[in-house]
This record gives sequence, C-alpha cells and structure tokens, in this order.
Amino acid sequence: MNKEQTIEELKNIVKPYIQNQEAFDVLTEDTDFINDLKINSANLVDVILDIEEKYDIVIDNEAMERMVNVKAAMSIIEAKLSEKN
Amino acid sequence: MTNQDILSKLPYSKPFLFVDEILQIDENGVEGTYTFDENLDFYKGHFKDNPVTPGVILTEVMAQIGLVCLGIFLVNDVLNKNTAIALSSTDIEFLKPVFPNEKVTVISKKLYFRFGKLKCKVIMKNEKGEEACTGTIAGMIVSRS
Repeated sequence: MNKEQTIEELKNIVKPYIQNQEAFDVLTEDTDFINDLKINSANLVDVILDIEEKYDIVIDNEAMERMVNVKAAMSIIEAKLSEKN
Repeated sequence: MTNQDILSKLPYSKPFLFVDEILQIDENGVEGTYTFDENLDFYKGHFKDNPVTPGVILTEVMAQIGLVCLGIFLVNDVLNKNTAIALSSTDIEFLKPVFPNEKVTVISKKLYFRFGKLKCKVIMKNEKGEEACTGTIAGMIVSRS
C-alpha cells in the first residue's frame, strides 16, 4: 500500500465532511478527524462507511473506535486489506 | 416488541408527540400516521389567519415516526437516561402544504444503521396519497455509560 496515495485517497473521502479547511490543507498522518478537521461524530460514521466502500473492507466497532486520525485509519485499512488476501 | 410497546417508549409527550399509530415496522423500515389537531398552538401564528403546518413540524413528524420509532425497534430497548438520541441531519423537500386536521402517513426505509447512526429515506403522504414531503433524515443513538 502506497502511503502518499492512501493519504490522498483519504483526503478525498473526508473532504465533504470537514469543518476546518486550514487543517485539511496541511493534512498529515497525525491529523485528527474530530479535533483537527472538526468532523462531527455523525459524519465520522459516513467517513467510515465511505472507507469501507472504497477499499471493500468491513470495519467493526473496535476498529471504528481506534480510527481517530489519518495514521490509525491507514493502519486499519492496511490490516483489513491483508486479512482479505 | 409490539407497536404499542414502541409508542410507550417514545421519549415525547404532548404538545410535542407527533406519532398516533404505527401501521407496520420491521428491521428495514416503518410506516406510521399522525393527524394534525387544528388546536395545535403553532397554527395560531403560522400563518396569521391562515393556518399551515410549518416545515420544521413536518420534519419532526417524519423524524419521530421514521427515525425514532424505528430506532427503538432496532435497539429493542427502552430509551432510558443512559441513552441519548439526537437528530444529526435532515435533507427534506416540501412538495405540498399540510393543513389542520389532515392525517399524514410517514413511510421510512432504512439506508443504514451503523455505529449508532441511523439514516433513513423518508416520505410523508397526505390523505389523498400524494407525496407532501420527501428526503433523508439521520440521527444518533448513543449509550452514555
């Protein structure tokens, strides 16, 4: 999994839900979905569902709770993709 | 859970209870009715000498029947003080006016219920069976443990 490419894909997924454009413009692995991007908890569910659809994976409650920032999202996506293969 | 059980578990009372009857409910959706009493307070001011049901009230009727009743059915539990429910988004188009004494039917189909978020496609029909409102509504059911 290419890191830069995945960050770019995640940016496209979260874009419709962000409330803080400045934080989005300088998004890194450490960017927090709720505290930095100001995505509300209801919209975070849509982010997760969009990630499931994009990567054809199923995210459970436990993984959902860990998915607080870009880095955690990437590691969960990577783990779920490797489970599939 | 019977339809009556669901009605008894609704966290509303007059003058803000907007569900009369559940016609049908299963894990994929719900259908219910409400009749607008002509003595409801908001008709005195919306509009002056020309009572029409406000869009926010139509939205509330759609949310109470289409989202909250279905949510109670899906979690199969009473909404107690450890459970918080909240409306998170609405996107409704209003097609026909709804007047005092009209009986409306709300038909809601579940789009998804994941991670505590319930999102539904909801239609309100008037007594003639015409679509009065249509759109999507979402809310959260969260346990405060």
